[in-house]
Amino acid sequence: MKPEIITGAEIVIRSLQKESVDFVFGYPGGAVLNIYDAIFNQKHFKHVLVRHEQAAVHAADAFSRSSGKVGVALVTSGPGATNAVTGIATAYMDSVPMVIISGQVPTHAIGEDAFQECDTVGITRPCVKHNFLIKDVKKIASTMKKAFYLASSGRPGPVLVDIPKDITAEKTEFIYPDKINLRSYTPVSKGHTGQIKKALELLLNAKKPMIYSGGGVVLGDASNALQKIVNALGFPITNTLMGLGGFPASDEKFLGMLGMHGTYEANMAMQDCDVLFAVGARFDDRVIGNPDHFLSKPRKIIHVDIDPASISKRVKIDVPIVGDVKSVLEDMYLIYNEFNEKHDKNNITSWMEQIKEWSKKDCMAYKDDESVIKPQRVIQTLHKVTKGDAFVTSDVGQHQMWAAQYYPFEKPRRWINSGGLGTMGVGLPYAMGCQLAFPELQVACVTGEASIQMCIQELSTCKQFHLPVKIINLNNRYMGMVRQWQEFFYGNRYAESYMDALPDFVKLAESYGHIGMKIEKPSEIEPALKEAFSPKLKERLVFMDFITDQSENVFPMVPNGKGLSEMILAEDDQ
Amino acid sequence: MENESGALSRVSGLFSARGYNIESLTVAPTEDATLSRMTIVTSGSDSVIEQIIKQLNKLIDVVRVLDLNDGKHIERELMLVKVKATNKYRDEMKRISDIFRARIIDVSDNTFTIELTGSASKLDAYLDSLDSDSIIETVRTGASGIGRGDRILKVQ
Repeated sequence: MKPEIITGAEIVIRSLQKESVDFVFGYPGGAVLNIYDAIFNQKHFKHVLVRHEQAAVHAADAFSRSSGKVGVALVTSGPGATNAVTGIATAYMDSVPMVIISGQVPTHAIGEDAFQECDTVGITRPCVKHNFLIKDVKKIASTMKKAFYLASSGRPGPVLVDIPKDITAEKTEFIYPDKINLRSYTPVSKGHTGQIKKALELLLNAKKPMIYSGGGVVLGDASNALQKIVNALGFPITNTLMGLGGFPASDEKFLGMLGMHGTYEANMAMQDCDVLFAVGARFDDRVIGNPDHFLSKPRKIIHVDIDPASISKRVKIDVPIVGDVKSVLEDMYLIYNEFNEKHDKNNITSWMEQIKEWSKKDCMAYKDDESVIKPQRVIQTLHKVTKGDAFVTSDVGQHQMWAAQYYPFEKPRRWINSGGLGTMGVGLPYAMGCQLAFPELQVACVTGEASIQMCIQELSTCKQFHLPVKIINLNNRYMGMVRQWQEFFYGNRYAESYMDALPDFVKLAESYGHIGMKIEKPSEIEPALKEAFSPKLKERLVFMDFITDQSENVFPMVPNGKGLSEMILAEDDQ
Repeated sequence: MENESGALSRVSGLFSARGYNIESLTVAPTEDATLSRMTIVTSGSDSVIEQIIKQLNKLIDVVRVLDLNDGKHIERELMLVKVKATNKYRDEMKRISDIFRARIIDVSDNTFTIELTGSASKLDAYLDSLDSDSIIETVRTGASGIGRGDRILKVQ
């Protein structure tokens, strides 16, 4: 059969169909009108019209984080592309597989400062895994194939495809390649068996072993493989902010999250262990604190990561294993079973006792109050009401840390937040992406009155697409985390961190056609959450404005520049 | 690396974004027109150089990276120098250029333009040997490098 001759715009759409794309998040404009016209005539995927391009990229990002599929966003040239940049950089920092299609001015106008022209490929170059500017209609199909392959293989990341308007109008044969071969790109998947054996030997002889797993386990769908090997070894484990849910929080080996706002026992065990097994994590500054302090204790470090550049970047690694975390952990489990008789589980008895001692500090305790709402209590109640099984998206700040600390996750891909770039405003579009991926499941957006206003316009998108997201707004009338740092490190000078002239969030939600609730008393927390998540309101978006304690701080805290064992545990510990 | 538009920006952008030094960078297509070859002169501790190599390898357009310092290699740089060549300088210029095996490639009433190839230190030594007042203009390419003997960088 002869291939069909169709327009570039139709080739874009057919390519998305070939990649089994379910949703395209986007916003039309001049340079993408041909593509939108082709969307008008197709039924294979649904287009989700957002109210700002940044939200399109965030929503596609969360669709990917929650479902594991490649997220797709479509924006126009110029401001459409620049608005998308924050979303792209957010996805890049957290290695989320995405394809972003941007329109460009016609090829003959490129470089002439045309209307809505910008150098999209140049602007996005530092925050994408790769990008393309297509200058020939014959290259659209193969470039789309490359984009999806690059986004989802190796260490995943966003890939941008910039297409000039005239190219989308030209016609050619549509031939979608089955496979793509790139001589310059050959990601490793299998780990080196010799290195895996070396790692196991170190682990089996460890007296004070510790496992630290990150976002790579979630992204690499390696949660089951991780549980198998950790259960076999019987070692304590911590998760990074990005890794939460990668190991079930209810397991007794789980010591909670580590890092700047990690638990006392997790941070102490990280600092004090003799063999550290890092899986899909990258030793970043919010996780290990001051690197010199971290390295002041001698310990052997094993590091499994798909990206060779992540190994020995901030911390020198003794046993590097480059490979797909799932494949490496499965191989490790098989090898473990070959010589597990060598494993003396009594090796770590005194270490486990030490960890139990540390746990007795009860570092997550907080002073509850009957007159003012404590944010921690809201999160704990949310956990109870949703039976610990909701998708929880968050924005960035104190509420993000409380959600991470007080909502124990049992499954991967349930906790959706911007860990790397720390982008305020992601919470609501993240919730949209999750809800579209899983229409029958509960989605809670934990946010604050500052963050939520950075993408508040998406309440309109939620109305249009019937997304019954539940918004938990922890409203303390401050940019809480900024205020906390100003209290601790800037002599209580709260420069510009007070949120003045706040809207009435109940009326705001109602004006968008949603349900608003204002919750001011601790006794109202549970009834409000129960109502919001009741079957009666299953189809409705509910905006819950919790008026919380203004002076509450996030503890424990490793101050910037300090070591992991130098935590402030509570208000009176400073 | 792939001979694609934007490939050079990806490399130079990587260096500026991550705070690595570039002392010089040369690039041109190879005998295989789909590939370009780049020689970068940089400096840093062993761990920084290791990171630079890893980060370069991560770029999709980069096919192979070789640290020439890992083995024997040759480096060459081309320099063009325009010097004053008035009566009193003329013979002296010719003599110094002969010593460095530089060639005079353009002559005017008042100037010589001289071509010199060699290691960066040889080019520096040549400039040092000239009276600084006599130098009107210099242009240098930066180093190109290649391994000695059987040591090759080639894509199969």
